[in-house]
Parts: sequence; C-alpha cells; structure tokens
Amino acid sequence: MSEPLLPPIGMLAELTHRCPLQCPYCSNPTELLKANRELDTQSWLDLFDQAADLGVLQVHLSGGEPTLRRDLEQMVAGLSARGVYTNLITAGVGIAEGRIRALAEAGLDHVQLSIQGARAATTERIGHYRGGHEKKLETARRVRVAGLPLTINAPIHRHNIEEVPEFIELALSLGAERLEIANVQYSGWALVNRDALMPDRASVERQIEVVAQAQERLRGIMNIDFVTPDYFATYPKPCMGGWARDAFMVAPDGTVLPCHAAHTIRTLTFERFGERSLADIWTNSPAFNAFRGTDWMQEPCRSCERREIDWGGCRCQAMAIAGDPAATDPACIKSPIHARMGMLVADAMAAAKAETAGNATAEPFVYRRITTVSEPAS
Amino acid sequence: MSTPRTRAIVSQDARPTLPHHIRIQFDPVRQAWAVLSPERVFWPNDVSLDILRLCDGRSTVAAITDRLAAEYDADAKDVAADVHDFLQEWTDKLLVKL
Repeated sequence: MSEPLLPPIGMLAELTHRCPLQCPYCSNPTELLKANRELDTQSWLDLFDQAADLGVLQVHLSGGEPTLRRDLEQMVAGLSARGVYTNLITAGVGIAEGRIRALAEAGLDHVQLSIQGARAATTERIGHYRGGHEKKLETARRVRVAGLPLTINAPIHRHNIEEVPEFIELALSLGAERLEIANVQYSGWALVNRDALMPDRASVERQIEVVAQAQERLRGIMNIDFVTPDYFATYPKPCMGGWARDAFMVAPDGTVLPCHAAHTIRTLTFERFGERSLADIWTNSPAFNAFRGTDWMQEPCRSCERREIDWGGCRCQAMAIAGDPAATDPACIKSPIHARMGMLVADAMAAAKAETAGNATAEPFVYRRITTVSEPAS
Repeated sequence: MSTPRTRAIVSQDARPTLPHHIRIQFDPVRQAWAVLSPERVFWPNDVSLDILRLCDGRSTVAAITDRLAAEYDADAKDVAADVHDFLQEWTDKLLVKL
C-alpha cells in the first residue's frame, strides 16, 4: 500500500432493489434482487452499528426506493442514536402521508429527491410512472414542512438536457438548498441504454455554460453540484474518491462493494456482511485491496502527476470500455483508447438519428424492470 | 425555514448561527472534530472550529471577532478580516445562517 488504510467516512446502503419507477439509467445492477433476498431489520441495524464503530459518519439510505422498507424509521433511529448523519435518497412517489414527518422525528438529517424531468411529461416518461411528477413535488413540500434540508437530484441525458434551466428554477421554487445536475453515469442500466441516452456535444456544452452561470448567480442561495459527463471529459472523475478509500456501498443482500457497479468486474469476489464482519471486509477483502492506493496502476496512471487526484478514474468504466479494470479510465485524455469515447458518442448519435428517422412509437430505451431479468447466481 | 432568495452578506452586526442540519461533532475514531452537512464532511482547523462554536445566533460578528482577538492575543483587524472571509464563505455554502 502506498498510503495507510483510513477508516471509511461514507456508506451507501441500497436497502432494496424494489422501486415504483423504471428509469432506464438506474444505477442498480441489471440483475435485480427480489425482496426475499434483502437483509432483515436486525442485520441492517447490526451493520450500521459496525459501520459507526469503524468510523462511518454519513449513511445514504438508498435503493431502489428505500421508503418501501417499512422498518426505515427504525434504521434512521439506530443511526441517529450513534450520531451518524442520515441522508434519504428517494424517488418521492408512493410515500404515505406522515411518513416524512415520522422519519424526521426518528432523526433523519437530509433528503435527496430525484426528479426525472423539469416538466411533468418528461418525469412520467422517464420514470414510466403516471402522476409521478406531482407526487414528487408533494414530497418536496412535505420535506420542507418537516424542517428537513432538501437536495434535488436531476439525472441528465439526451431526453432532458434541454430542461436544465427549468430544473434550476424548479429546485429554487421547491426551496432546495442543493441541486445536483448529474449527467448519467454509463454503468448498470444506463450502459444497456447508452445509445438511447447519450446527449450530443452541443447540448453538453450549452449545459455546462448554463450551470456555470447559475452557480455564479445563485451563490449563497442554492448550491449547484455538477456531475460532469464522462464521455465529453478531459480528465476522469476520482470515482468514489478512490477505490475503497473512504466510502463503500452495501447491496440489499448484504454484499459489501467499493461502489455500486463493482460487481461488473467479474474477476473480483465480494463478501457478504454476516459471513464476515464489516471491519474485516473493509481491511482484508482482496476485492477492496485490488485497486487501493496507487500501487496497482499501469502507465499512464503510474507516473501521472494526477494519480492522487483522479485515482485512475472509474475502475468499472475501465472494465466496460477498455476490458481491463486496471487500465486508465478511458475518460482520461491520456488513455491510449480515449478516442473510443468519442466513437461511442458518434455511435449513439447515429442510433438517435435512425430512431428519429424510423416511425417506431415504442421508447428507444429498455425500462428497468425486476421481472425482465433473471435471478443472479448466488 | 425557506431558502433565502438573496445572498446573505456578512456584516459586523449580523448574528450567525448554524442551521439545524449542520452538526459539529467529535469523532472518536479519528480523534478530531467534524462538521457534518448534507452529503459532505468537513474537518475544520482549530481557528475555524472556534469561529463556528461562537455562531450561537446571539453573538454578533463584531463580538465574535473581539472574543477571538482576545483569546488568540491577536490584532483585531487581522482577526476581523479572517472571521469575515470565513463566515462569508461558509454562508455562501449555506453552512452558516445570518
């Protein structure tokens, strides 16, 4: 190891893969787990206790849709008792009246609400859920009434990139402290649907300008975080702040992973909580140690002055595009196959053109569905 | 409760406070003070921590400055500039309320 192992700060808990929405860019794996594979309440509570002992300060309660877990209040209360900062990441539909207030009373600290479009029709189309937009706006209002801070998460792709200015106004009108303009990350379902979701370069450049201007105009009023589109980038993101460096995630069945797409690296084996302790997994898991620090790097990462800024970028993107999880993230201009990113964008543009030319009425993307995929091999 | 529609500007008679959802907390694992906020953790240095602790909603920026200048036995003018810049930066990030 080139640096000492530090305790993790953040944990993403995917409590369930069940979700009322069917967004075609969902970050869940394409092999979704059914409810009967989910950890029970006590296992999650034990896991959160071990996480707090290990040094985790923030837990992001996500899914799927985490409010489908009826024991969510218990989990929030357990985390809150340990002083862990809790963040609910929700789609904001189908949440019973009074639930947000109950979560706030249990000690919830913050809510991140995803909205698929600034326009109702876009939200309904992308999430494939009728009436979804209004329900989301109602959830936002309930969050504010409960006295909780609100982040709006707007996943951006070809079908809503022109709505970015409207997203900014919508988030402001909902009283959000924070807005994430998050260009879709092409892993999981988004990778399946890449051709149907990829925006064109001109739209990306317009978006970057709109966001930069809004960040300036709204300084001290609303924070806007911009998740850059990798396929148009010069340098890669420091994915997860570096592999297994200060955060990790847990799948609904208790599998502990360095990031939500890590299972796509088939050469790695991931452990499940319960069979091993969290501290043991964090410290000793060969999968966690595989890309920690900088020793695993090849050229051009190994001698790059940015190696401890980018940490080589995203291992899963290296796997998906370069076919080698130890390669430089192809998003990096220094990657020998960086040009492939541009070619993939061109492919997507050609697909979009064909789609427009055709008279198909069906949506161009595959909706995320739990029933259309096979059970994962255990 | 509602997000301010205009940017709050630090003045000498402002009374800064931490919003309900911003927590200063001692982390026993790292033996350090952390500031917990939505989706981010900050590790303030001693001076920043002292300023944040004085953001009680009652003390004015001027009073905070005087108190720190006395505690650090430092020139009030220098302290005033540091306190102002720090509070404006944290106010802009919505971590401090005026």
